[in-house]
Order: sequence, then structure tokens, then C-alpha cells
Amino acid sequence: MSEFFGSPHALLILILAGFLPNEIWRMAGLWFGAGVDEGSEVLVWVRAVATAILAGVIAQILVQPPGALAGVPDWLRYGAVAAGVVMFMATRRSIFAGVACGEIALVAGKWWLG
Amino acid sequence: MSSVATTVLSLVLFATYIGIGALAHDSQFSLGWVLGSTLLVWAGPAQIILISTLGSGATAVQAAIAVAVSAIRLFPMVVSVLPLLKTPTTKRRHLVLVTHFIAVTLWVECYRLLPKVPRESRIAFTHGLGCGLVIVCLIATSLGYGLAARLPPLFAAAILLLTPLAFLLSTARNCRQISDVLALVLGLALYPLVSMLQTGVDILISGATAGTLAYGVHWWRERARA
Repeated sequence: MSEFFGSPHALLILILAGFLPNEIWRMAGLWFGAGVDEGSEVLVWVRAVATAILAGVIAQILVQPPGALAGVPDWLRYGAVAAGVVMFMATRRSIFAGVACGEIALVAGKWWLG
Repeated sequence: MSSVATTVLSLVLFATYIGIGALAHDSQFSLGWVLGSTLLVWAGPAQIILISTLGSGATAVQAAIAVAVSAIRLFPMVVSVLPLLKTPTTKRRHLVLVTHFIAVTLWVECYRLLPKVPRESRIAFTHGLGCGLVIVCLIATSLGYGLAARLPPLFAAAILLLTPLAFLLSTARNCRQISDVLALVLGLALYPLVSMLQTGVDILISGATAGTLAYGVHWWRERARA
């Protein structure tokens, strides 16, 4: 069992650095959400900031790619995402078509590079 | 279960968790650890950030800050979903588990599916949907972890690209106002610039700046209209 879970120290870090900082925002939404009107200006601002932060997370994965994605040249990563976005627009916002097109562009490009 | 099985987003989610399992294996985490992170954190970007920051040798405090910043988006999601689930007799504690399940996939699915469900059954329905998604993702995490050693690098790279692609497009789809669109575009453009400063909270700085600028444009347009 200890091999399955690894060291207790790592699990403690999972709780303190992973679970708590993430969950606190959900529980804050549950606690303070009742008093916030859905169309209120505060929520428009919070949503804009949250969207921009998610955009930052997306940009971070693309600019400083983790794991195997780092083996793909920069231009190919950006090109594949651009191809996905163009397809998404062309198909009147089909997430599936956009994701499929971006993935095909990445695999084809990498395969072509050898 | 049929609503879990049939959506494109759950396919993307499945593949994303294969990627997270593989990333955790490559970063020397135990299987129990990464399954625990899927169950407890239940947010793809936060898990990728947690694994890659800890894996690259950052301290737990740096990782916690990075995760907390990426998770702010959950707050407005929870605020906008809960009114769909409540009835006049709902107590706050009935909503704790539902709140834990809320992440981008469940958020999108709630908007799509809940209007077809009678209001008094919506909490139970969301519990079922959330459990189904978590179980599917636990399986995907284990699969990715087990396959990691044998996964061709091209396939591993393709899976890791799924997260940014799917998040980018599903966020773009859910943009309701000009401020949302601007926030997305400015946030993408600003992060690479801010990241050169290497502050450790780059995403928070670029996100707060881009989001506030986007809100400023919204405010200015509303005022011009009035």
C-alpha cells in the first residue's frame, strides 16, 4: 500500500498545495455566491479576470510546455492551435472540429518533421 | 450515464486525464498520489500546474500560489451554476458536493442539461453526473499512468495539447459579452510578456490586468450607450 500512495510527505503536499488552494474558490462561491446577483457588475469583472487567468494558463502550457509537448517546435505548437481556432470559427463554433483539426495539424507536422 | 458518455467534452476530458496520468508518471509521482489529485483537486489545469511545478523542483508554496491563481475561475462558475440547482428549501450543506464537482466540463453540461431536469431532482442529477465523470477520469488517469512508459512521444505530446486547445475553444464558446472575448484575447497576449518578468505570480498579474482592461472597455461602452 505504501508503494501505491508513495510518501506521506508527498500526500501532505497534495492536500496543502493542490487540494486546499483549489477548493477554497469553490467554497467561496458557495458561501458568498448567494448574495451576488448573476447580472451584477462585480460578477462581470470577476468573470473577465477569471477568463483572462484561464487564458494565461493556456498561454503558459503553450509557451512553457510540460513533458512531451516540449519536444514539439514552438512554431508547430502555435500553428496547431491557430489551425484549431480557424476551424472552430469556420464550423460556427464546433469545439470538436476545432480540437480535431488542431490535433491533426500537430501530429501531421511532427510526423513530417520526422 | 448516457449524458456522461455522449458528449464531446467528456471525450476530451478522458484524453486530458490520460495525459495527466502520463505526466504524473514521468514526473515520478505515485499512482495513488495522482488518483488522489484527480479526486480531490478535480480541475485539469490545476493538476497539470501542480504536477509540472512540483516536478520541476519548485517549492510547495510556489505550487500552492500557482494552483490558487489558476482556480480563481472556479468562483464565478460556482456563483453562476448554483442558482440553477437551488429550490426554496435547499440548505447550503446540500450543495457542498455539487460545488466540489464544478469545473469547466460540469459547468458547460449543467447549462446544457439542467433545463431538461425538474428542479427538485437537479441536485441528485448533478451528483450522478459528477460521480460518473470522476469515475471515468480516475480510470483515464490510471490508464495514462500505466501507458506512460510505452506511450510514443508523439501521442503524449498530442494528448498534452488537448488541454489548452479544449480550454481555449470551450472558453471562446462560452463568451457571452464583449468583456469575455476581450479578456480571453488580452489574457493570451499579455501572459508571454509578463512571464519575462519571472515574478512567480505571472498568471495573476497578466490575468488581473487583462481582465480589468476588458471590464474597463465593457464599462466604457455601457456608459457611452446610456
